[in-house]
Amino acid sequence: MEMPGPEKVEDIEIRLLLEALYHQYHYDFRNYAMASVKRRLKQAREQLGFSTISALQEKVLHDPSMLPRLLGFLTVQVSEMFRDPSYFKAIREQVIPHLGTYPSLKVWVAGCSAGEELYSLVILFREEGLEERTLFYATDINQDALRMAEAGIYSLDRIQQFTENHRRSGGKSSLSDYYTAAYGHASFDKSLRQRVVFSDHSLVTDAVFAEMHLISCRNVMIYFDRPLQDRAIGLFKESLTRKGFLGLGAKENLRFSAHSSAFNDFVREEKIYQRCAT
Amino acid sequence: MSDVPEKAVVIGASAGALEALSVILPQLPADVTPPVMIVVHVPPDKRSVLSELFQAKCRVAVLEAEDKEPIRSGTVYFAPPDYHLLVETNGLLSLSSDEPVLFSRPSIDVLFESAADAYGAGLTAVVLSGANQDGAQGLASVVEAGGTAIVQDPDTAFASAMPQAAVAMCPTALIMSLEEIATYLQKARSA
Repeated sequence: MEMPGPEKVEDIEIRLLLEALYHQYHYDFRNYAMASVKRRLKQAREQLGFSTISALQEKVLHDPSMLPRLLGFLTVQVSEMFRDPSYFKAIREQVIPHLGTYPSLKVWVAGCSAGEELYSLVILFREEGLEERTLFYATDINQDALRMAEAGIYSLDRIQQFTENHRRSGGKSSLSDYYTAAYGHASFDKSLRQRVVFSDHSLVTDAVFAEMHLISCRNVMIYFDRPLQDRAIGLFKESLTRKGFLGLGAKENLRFSAHSSAFNDFVREEKIYQRCAT
Repeated sequence: MSDVPEKAVVIGASAGALEALSVILPQLPADVTPPVMIVVHVPPDKRSVLSELFQAKCRVAVLEAEDKEPIRSGTVYFAPPDYHLLVETNGLLSLSSDEPVLFSRPSIDVLFESAADAYGAGLTAVVLSGANQDGAQGLASVVEAGGTAIVQDPDTAFASAMPQAAVAMCPTALIMSLEEIATYLQKARSA
């Protein structure tokens, strides 16, 4: 590593901007993994037309309408329906049989972004006959993303990929059963949202809100530093019923977590963990 | 933080990557080699076999990077398919699902820029064969931060566009053949 020396000016500016966002708006990015934050803030600075991060900070402090635009850069998530089909196949074939033994179920998609993963799970639960006894919670800190998730409208040019992923996940129906296409967009059926609660929730600052049987949080915690990852994983641990399931992204793991002993590998290669019985 | 390596190597390669890396990586000595982070452009939907392939041929450990993994000497880390690989300033690797850069995820520029920030003058960055422009911008960041820039001689590369773009952006970069790059990196030490 570089010798500790005087901090670069831009690093100071970034630290101050994150403090400002927290104190003014209670959005806390201070424990995000800095390499990505830095990249995203540089993009935001350039595309929003500021010469320095400090100038961006001044604007966002005094003009609340700048906040959602900045959050768009800081919280952007790119996903697909049934991203990593083998993950959904493992949920379908190995997790669903366990969940089927409960009379009622709660599923939490933490960091749901524009809703691709939420709809994937609802469709999968419908195909497996568990939708009617399940309540889904879809949470995110970004209001714009939540609105998009609740709308369930995606560009038609993404549907081919979604359809192929769905098929490879062992889908028992045709994805086209669930949307209507018009004007270049696919609009997903509102019946898929009947059993979904959309809510503003932060893994950084908010608490447990229900007892879950399955939590899916994929490629969200990669943006956190390790202490913050541990906070989120602790929150999942507290939220899960005994023997409940936690699904992470393909390259995430609990190896480095203080809570790793509370979980067992359930499907190791798909990063699906089970909360220990004790 | 005494066990955190002070120096590191980053490598970017695209078309022709396998052949080029097959010359370089097997020559790296175990233990003393600084950590090496590599982005190879691979299709997003495939499980990458790069780490397994090279582990069998190398004395250094070869891994596919996982999120928040500590960076160790004597280890080669490949970016996983469909994720950007970044270096944090606290000695850890990070992954990101941010959108592709120049149509690439993983992106060489993203790795190089974050590594330049973390290692400054302690970084050596190498652009190998490839048929696009990725890596040129990142290499410029490495030079700006005081690091060493190396580009595979475009005349000897399987695909010359990527090294050419890198040289055009970084005229001070050292231009070497694959064998020269291998020898150079063989002598690199982690502290």
